[in-house]
Amino acid sequence: MLRFALNRLLQAIPVLLIVISATFLLVHSAPGGPFSADKAVPPEVIKALEAQYNLDQPLWQQYVSYLGDVLKGDFGPSFKYSGRTVNELIAAGLPATAELALYAMLVALVIGISAGVIAAMRPNSMQDYVPMSAAMLGICMPSFLLGPLLVLVFGIHLEWLPVSGWGDIPGDKIMPSITLGTGYAAYIARLSRGGMLEVLSQDYIRTARAKGLSERLIIFKHALRGGLIPVVAFLGPAFAGLLGGSFVVETIFQIPGLGRFYVQAAFNRDYTMILGMTIFFATLIILFNLLSDMLAIWLNPKLRQQQAGGNN
Amino acid sequence: MAIKELQSEEQGTSLWQDAWIKLCKNYLALFGLAVLGLLCVVSLLTPWIAPYGYEEQNLILGATSPSVEHWLGTDIFGRDMLTRIMYGGRVSLTVGFIATAVALLIGVVWGAVAGFVGGRTDAVMMRIVDIMYALPFMIFIVLLMVVFGRNILLLFLAIGAVEWLTMARIVRSQVMALRKQEFVEAAHSLGLSQWTIIRRHIIPNTLGPVIVYTTLTIPSVMLLEAFLSFLGLGIQPPQSSWGLLINYGVETMEEYPWLLIFPGIALSLTLFALNFLGDGLRDALDPRTSKD
Repeated sequence: MLRFALNRLLQAIPVLLIVISATFLLVHSAPGGPFSADKAVPPEVIKALEAQYNLDQPLWQQYVSYLGDVLKGDFGPSFKYSGRTVNELIAAGLPATAELALYAMLVALVIGISAGVIAAMRPNSMQDYVPMSAAMLGICMPSFLLGPLLVLVFGIHLEWLPVSGWGDIPGDKIMPSITLGTGYAAYIARLSRGGMLEVLSQDYIRTARAKGLSERLIIFKHALRGGLIPVVAFLGPAFAGLLGGSFVVETIFQIPGLGRFYVQAAFNRDYTMILGMTIFFATLIILFNLLSDMLAIWLNPKLRQQQAGGNN
Repeated sequence: MAIKELQSEEQGTSLWQDAWIKLCKNYLALFGLAVLGLLCVVSLLTPWIAPYGYEEQNLILGATSPSVEHWLGTDIFGRDMLTRIMYGGRVSLTVGFIATAVALLIGVVWGAVAGFVGGRTDAVMMRIVDIMYALPFMIFIVLLMVVFGRNILLLFLAIGAVEWLTMARIVRSQVMALRKQEFVEAAHSLGLSQWTIIRRHIIPNTLGPVIVYTTLTIPSVMLLEAFLSFLGLGIQPPQSSWGLLINYGVETMEEYPWLLIFPGIALSLTLFALNFLGDGLRDALDPRTSKD
């Protein structure tokens, strides 16, 4: 297990290097520099600015020094917010985004797993069709549509919940979390239904039934652990998706998080910000993929044995 | 002569007919197929059947709720929403089809080569796919759109370049599995040429999963386009797509909710139809799920 983790961590290093290099090259090959955009600025000012941000050096030199800084965990200053570093901006946006992602994941897991398990208990009955049709609806209702519709109904017409903000008014975290979590709840429902159906047809479940165990005990004690492996394996990619979804949800609900910063940076052509945040996101996603893979192996005895066998 | 006749008879009771019969029993999938067909026809004919011109404004009229003249209402510039949604659908569908075609092309070629050549080439090629799976592509597309401007051609390429990975995996595993099957070995020992085997056995048998996955890729591509357009990073005005219409709808949803609701219905209904069709095709074409 430890060896597997180390192995995967080592594999992540070249991936990260590719990400950093590709992003750096992309951003630096952009037509028009970051300062050439809006206003007519005297050439001396541009020169001074370029010198300040090391843009007057040859590309490879900039790359090497940037790589060195990134390895030290320093993403440099922001182009647009003068006097603030990318690190500061990431630190400012991270708490809201992390909290949002956590709540959304909770929404997704609770709703998704219950719906999937309920559906798998009586396949091809109403108990299966209703939650699964709802899941399909959830998949086909993107967050940028669901969010505004929720705002329209619960925020504007019924006036039950605040329409924007994060942590300012009680209850303002409910709608963003549901908006972000619903799509993933739908995927998780389908995955857990599939996983449960497969497990429930196994011999050891038949044995448990033959022993006369109650259906509830069979589901919770025996089937759930194996049936949820596909869900666990999906958590890594889901997390990556949640980060992307936070772009939309944070924009709709005006949450001062990383997603909104990223979209703003994209519009402002704030190159260092985009570069830094892309690398930051990539690192997070790689890390979470690793974690969810490890969790899936830990839950699945067959894979665990394979890993152990590889060690000997 | 006799052998040829026998072969064509075998093709008569093929997987395809079987699949078609199964599909016809799946009403949701048929509904999906019908919606998709209708959508394609409407999109093709939009310039001729749209009730109003695309750029026709009526500033005095302004935003009105659905009426006899404007079935889906008008926006704040007095533009007919039905017309806007029809033209937007053209763009959304075009992006969906072309980006999926790009993904299909890259994925099938990549997977087929890896599966056929095997050995070290396969290992390297699939390793690249693994690495790319780990990359945050949503973020990369945003990055691409920022760096190179919001160009529709680039949008096709960027989305296509993201969505081919799963296709490559599916095709590769299918090709690898087929190569070891008895009927392929039999064809080899009969002395059929490599190309004949590919044409006769590999391609028809890989086609099923490829069609299924293509059908499922189209909605995810359309969703991605709508997502980007909603953020203002995808389709740019004066062109329009459903994602962009939803974006505009959100801005004025308090006063004119129909400007949000109708494009939303158009997008959701299309995604719904395509997903049901994809699921139905999977049930019909995948021999493993056809037993239960």
